[in-house]
Amino acid sequence: MSNLKLRKLKNKIFHGLVLSSTLFALIVLIVLLSDIVMDGYKWLSIDFFKNFTSRFPERAGIKAGLFGSLWIIVITASVSFPVGVGAALYLEEYAPKNWFTNIIQINISNLAGVPSIVFGILGLGVFVNTFGFGRSILSGGLTLALLILPIIIVSAQEALRSVPKDLKHGAYALGCTKWQVITGVVLPYAIPGILTGTIISIARALGETAPLIMVGAVTFAAFTPESIFDSFTTLPMQIYSWTSRPQADFHNLAAAAIIVLLAVLLTANALAVLLRDKYQDRIKG
Amino acid sequence: MKLFKGSKFIALALILVMSLTVLAACGQNKQPQGQEGNQQEKGLSGKIEIDGSSTVYPITEAIAEEFQLQYPDTRVTVGVSGTGGGFKRFTVGETDISNASRLIKDKEAAKAEENGIEYTQVSVAYDGITVVVNPQNDWATDITVEELKKIWEPNSKVKTWKDIRPEWPDKEIHLYGPGTDSGTFDYFTEAIVGEGGASRTDYTASEDDNVLVQGITGDKYALGYFGYAYYEENQDKLKAVTINGVEPTTETIGNGEYTPLARPIFIYVSHNSFKDKPQVAEFVKFYLKNARNVVPSTGYVPLPQDKYDEQLEKIINAVK
Repeated sequence: MSNLKLRKLKNKIFHGLVLSSTLFALIVLIVLLSDIVMDGYKWLSIDFFKNFTSRFPERAGIKAGLFGSLWIIVITASVSFPVGVGAALYLEEYAPKNWFTNIIQINISNLAGVPSIVFGILGLGVFVNTFGFGRSILSGGLTLALLILPIIIVSAQEALRSVPKDLKHGAYALGCTKWQVITGVVLPYAIPGILTGTIISIARALGETAPLIMVGAVTFAAFTPESIFDSFTTLPMQIYSWTSRPQADFHNLAAAAIIVLLAVLLTANALAVLLRDKYQDRIKG
Repeated sequence: MKLFKGSKFIALALILVMSLTVLAACGQNKQPQGQEGNQQEKGLSGKIEIDGSSTVYPITEAIAEEFQLQYPDTRVTVGVSGTGGGFKRFTVGETDISNASRLIKDKEAAKAEENGIEYTQVSVAYDGITVVVNPQNDWATDITVEELKKIWEPNSKVKTWKDIRPEWPDKEIHLYGPGTDSGTFDYFTEAIVGEGGASRTDYTASEDDNVLVQGITGDKYALGYFGYAYYEENQDKLKAVTINGVEPTTETIGNGEYTPLARPIFIYVSHNSFKDKPQVAEFVKFYLKNARNVVPSTGYVPLPQDKYDEQLEKIINAVK
């Protein structure tokens, strides 16, 4: 009898343990977010989006940072998505399984764990200096593309691996070429997973500052970029600059900018979920 | 269920492309952000690249903000690579103006000469490094330079407040100060210890002065130092200690009474840029004409107007 009680007690303790670890993460997040929202929401207004930064908190806005971030993300996404999916397709569908592909595979997984500042140094050396792109949006976007490429490749590979073998074999049995199998069976099946991985890594790129400082993102710019060779600032740079000001009003402005950044990230994630569901429904149908 | 068929996919792609075009078009809007009473002047355009110290940044940013309102076709960018990082770019001709919270070092000057970069140093404001304690600290109201040296010199023997003055409490002292990359650190060690960069290392160091403010606010036995602007904003949470009897105020910092901790902060102007880029020359003139009005709003202390005029003269003569 006591044995049974003990087992039930163990059961309850374990339940309590996992519940409290979930709550811990959740509570910390809620405290942080509510603190930011309380500080920042008063400063959110139309002008906040229309104005450039200023020494007067009432006049300061995030226009330059928001536009800089959007430009960067467009370049990052349009480079890293095709290259990343291409590399994953090659590794999963074409590459022979030998020691050489193994080495490539291990290196890609390792690259995913390299600190972002290292990619910044690479970007400074390769894009800014060697290729002569200067301290521009192009250099920044390409650097971030390199930064998230390993994550996109790994997650796309996972998605490609989840395609059922019998579907592929069925297509081959009907006489499809490799190209037809990939575009007709593999990609449509894997695309929800690929998109999820891509959008989550792009969200990560959106929050980066360290590599962008290396490739020369500026802190003050009172204009929006007109070409990919323009100098730029980004939302996280603006937030960083405001939090290091002595005046408390700027700290609240930073909180408001954080809310905007969070909203952008949430939109990106919502988009990912939406696209995934859409393509998943199609596969079922 | 082919991927590239399906009108929905094409529609989605079209929407993406369209939104990018709209975004690009939005970006091309010029910014006619005229403030009332500010007439905009057309004709001046081009880039002005500035980088360097984060201490000087708020002043240059404020000037750049006003300058852009008046000359909306110019493009001023200001970075914060730190004084050393700024000089690295300035001495190879990458930037037009460099913000600096200390004088240029011999090594940096040699590099500029090597690359044919001539420059003029312009002091734009005074900063007073402020020594602060917790407001609950009711014993330390004044401190001498010798005592500060005793506290901050390398291998300092000061462990408790009592070690500074026998009548102060026998409690451990907790020190806060800027990190070694900071110009404030360089200046403080030079002025107090007598050798730039020589400091004890067992203190809480942060490049972000707000972290120091937070630390000292929550610690009764704390002592720290940082720029005057950060003290001025947090007067309700901190107590400034007088140095040899002199209180740090905009007045004592500006008139030289607050020695040795009042220091000038600078911009370095490249002669090539001043000569070849009319927008840079105009920017420097604008800087020195408006500094006196703009500097106080950033928490620093301006120079008298004739000092600014003198320095402008100096650059114009040097460039000739």
